Amino acid sequence: MTSSMTLDQFDILALRREFPILSQPMNGKTLAFLDSAASSQKPRRVIDCLEDYYRRYNANVHRGVYRLSEEATFAFERARGKVARFINARSQREVVFVRNTTEAINLVARSWGDANLREGDRILLSVMEHHSNLVPWQMLAQRTGAKLEFLSLDGEGRLVLDHLDAQLQGVRLVALTQQSNVLGTINPVAEIARRAHAAGALILVDGAQSVPHMPVDVQALDIDFLAFSGHKMCAPTGIGVLWGRRALLEQMPPFLGGGSMIKVVSLHESSYADVPARFEAGTPAIAEAIALGEAVDFLQEVGMARIYAHERELLGYAIDRLAGVEGLTIYGPQTTEMRGGALSFTLEDVHPHDVAAALDSEGIAVRAGHHCTQPLHAHLNVPATTRASFYLYNTAEEVDRLVVALDKARNLFG
Amino acid sequence: MDDLYRELILEHYKHPHNHGRLEHPDISAEEHNPLCGDRIRLDLRIEHDVITDVRFDGRGCAISQASASMLTDELIGMPVEEAKRFSKERLLDLIGIPLAHNPVRIKCALLALKTLKAGLYGVGHAPDDDDL
Repeated sequence: MTSSMTLDQFDILALRREFPILSQPMNGKTLAFLDSAASSQKPRRVIDCLEDYYRRYNANVHRGVYRLSEEATFAFERARGKVARFINARSQREVVFVRNTTEAINLVARSWGDANLREGDRILLSVMEHHSNLVPWQMLAQRTGAKLEFLSLDGEGRLVLDHLDAQLQGVRLVALTQQSNVLGTINPVAEIARRAHAAGALILVDGAQSVPHMPVDVQALDIDFLAFSGHKMCAPTGIGVLWGRRALLEQMPPFLGGGSMIKVVSLHESSYADVPARFEAGTPAIAEAIALGEAVDFLQEVGMARIYAHERELLGYAIDRLAGVEGLTIYGPQTTEMRGGALSFTLEDVHPHDVAAALDSEGIAVRAGHHCTQPLHAHLNVPATTRASFYLYNTAEEVDRLVVALDKARNLFG
Repeated sequence: MDDLYRELILEHYKHPHNHGRLEHPDISAEEHNPLCGDRIRLDLRIEHDVITDVRFDGRGCAISQASASMLTDELIGMPVEEAKRFSKERLLDLIGIPLAHNPVRIKCALLALKTLKAGLYGVGHAPDDDDL
């Protein structure tokens, strides 16, 4: 790798070779994978890491007093340390392994929420939240009588923060995405965290779309909880992370009961393990957690700042090129300022399913639908959109192919 | 692509048959596909247990709208009892595209039929997707 900030042509071609799936033909064309916001592709070393575990040291963790189990436990806990350093956590005890972002948020809603919220307390969300950062709070509100409030959006898809301090009155928790999976908007999380804390509220950040794509430092942001998924950042499915301030996690009751999360168990009661084990009942996703550690190594070797710069360059190119497609409307910010690489659009009134099917026939994979954000689509007043999203392995040439294929689709259906 | 969007589909999509609404329909039903936000409304006129007129409207992808258009052509003049038994295989034959192994798009194709069954059997009594 060169040390320049962006990835040049040579870097990209070398990087793409690390991802075996990208070299396979798709409908007679080269695969252009533009759906990493849904799930990213995996580099060979992550795939090899999974196999290596099962071939060489497969054993349960934190249990056996034999070599294999010790090796598995060591690798599992080392992965936790890698994740902690990746997000600049103070301690790896603050890193709880879960299945995905959804489970991380449900854990906080069930554990912290049930223990702390009372009737009339308020939770502040935004209109752009993914269902995973909305439905758990609706369920919590139904259980506790707490009320949900929402930050609205301006015409460019950015949060309206003019009345934030007033809206924070009586709020116990702000739960907010750092980067919209539809609009691409990057929210000013550090500023909102500062004002939330001043109002006596905690803040949970949904990092599903930010952690894979930009440097995220939980201490610099000064937040309380961060949730993200491995599978969107080059790691396998089935592994995700809840990071929480240790002092908060230590006061929280368990989420699921079972093995691993206990200290002493008698027939009628148990005492619970320290964090993070308290929140990790049952055998965890061992291979997947170790592979997440490998993915983190990979991302850090490329460099998160360079990945962000590369995506931003590609995004700027895509916004320019798509502006030339007749009848195409881009949702969200129209510049790359505080914006990530999720680019949702409509093409006249061609249904997004038809757009996506037309692109698929050209080997281009995009997402079509409401992207688990029905309230946001209601706000945008469209039933569905087509979304192209970028990651470190995408190229300007793929954007060119997207533009050509969209013109073809418009001619076919228009 | 050519498999999925043969000319007939595009023709029905761009120029749908029996599109619009009936005044004072005997049965009116509406169904949604929550996966993609597709929506179909079907109005039926029924005289002496025979469907004498049909209109549909809604929004959705080419396959869902074309399939509704083709289905309405079949329904006019059909006894209600036969319409109740209208199978998904029969509709997929009409559409004439290979959807059997396309679990997402087959829901688009069958939305109109689901709406028809909901109307004829009454809400809550229509068969599930798998039993259409």
